Amino acid sequence: MLEVILNGLGGLVAGFQALAMDWRSVVMLIVGGILLYLGIKKDCEPLLLVPIGFGCILVNVPLTDLMAKDGFLRVIYDAGVDTELFPLLIFIGIGAMTDFGPVLANPSTFLLGAAGQFGIFLTLLMALFFGFTKLEAVSIGIIGACDGPTAIYVTSKYAPHLLGAVSVAAYSYMALVPVIQPPIMRALTTKDERETIMKYSARPVSKTTKMLFPLVITILGGLIAPKGLPLLGSIMLGNLMRESGVVSRLTKASENEIANVVTLFLGLCIGATMSGAAFLRPQTLIILALGFMAICLDTACGILFAKGMRVLSGGKINPLIGAAGISAFPMAARVVQREGIKYNKKSYLIMHAMGANAGGQIGSVIAAAVMLSVLAGMGIIS
Amino acid sequence: MEMDNTTFGLTMLICGMGGTILTLWIMSLVMTALGRLFPEKAEPKKES
Repeated sequence: MLEVILNGLGGLVAGFQALAMDWRSVVMLIVGGILLYLGIKKDCEPLLLVPIGFGCILVNVPLTDLMAKDGFLRVIYDAGVDTELFPLLIFIGIGAMTDFGPVLANPSTFLLGAAGQFGIFLTLLMALFFGFTKLEAVSIGIIGACDGPTAIYVTSKYAPHLLGAVSVAAYSYMALVPVIQPPIMRALTTKDERETIMKYSARPVSKTTKMLFPLVITILGGLIAPKGLPLLGSIMLGNLMRESGVVSRLTKASENEIANVVTLFLGLCIGATMSGAAFLRPQTLIILALGFMAICLDTACGILFAKGMRVLSGGKINPLIGAAGISAFPMAARVVQREGIKYNKKSYLIMHAMGANAGGQIGSVIAAAVMLSVLAGMGIIS
Repeated sequence: MEMDNTTFGLTMLICGMGGTILTLWIMSLVMTALGRLFPEKAEPKKES
């Protein structure tokens, strides 16, 4: 009788024993706590860091088997991440939220969105140098898209074992854009360049153009890079719904209810990939460092490209707007405006930067799409 | 075809970045064309 009681009580302390024997779970519980702290107290991407942090805690409590077959997190993961459904649903919401008017009014800023993707490919090279496999390097490089859903889409497909590290790097650095970018902007530009005032004459864009834009981009992008059509098509579907104005219920659902529910599940799933055994490895630190490099390189290449445009335009372009050619929307544009006004109180770069930033959003998706199609062309993926 | 990492990385850099810039450039041209084909019509002034 006593033995049975002791065995029963033993079941209540088994979790503590397992935790005491696995230091990695303890460390990851602390990491989960730090993510929650950053989200709740520091307001650092809370919509993602709170579910990620909690998912991380859930999966590192021993003996729970939440990510084992039929575990509740595994069911959500298989349904939404393994199938690539969650990032695509989020993209529909992003498309529904984004006004591409500034980039349509000034299409040349689209090219800044291309320059802001250089970091992806340079980081891919560096990842290969550090010994990662080809598809792992592709997934690490995509952190440079500064675009969480794109990073998750590509990584879950081609290097799912890196999903936790890549997602955490992508979202953390996106939140740190206001800290990472300004020193690079100052280092690569002269005072004279930073003080340049760019005139903005708002060219009106017709509703027809705004509605044709998502359709044309979907078909054109799909023809050039068919492998990326799910990404491009979902963001453009959301944008078409927004601009058509006839499905406001669907638009609102996409940008609110659907995006919110999916963000919760996606965050939990990312956290769930952060088990101690999978996350606490030297390669995680390398991925975090490479992700940081990717965003620095994006910013630097965007600014250098804008400097080239400045030369070609006879000094009319303020190269600071090049830093907005990344996908972190509208944060990067705000950083550019803030930096610009610091050096010239009469300088209002926000609309130009919004154009570059919207270009960066499409640019990151196009870069991923092109990357996948080139990989397919080389026979590395099917 | 088996390829070494350097060849792979450089191919991705050239084709990937080149493809991205080319695609976005074509898209910017298409957007310019769309803007010209379907310009915003000025609203007729209301008579007082």
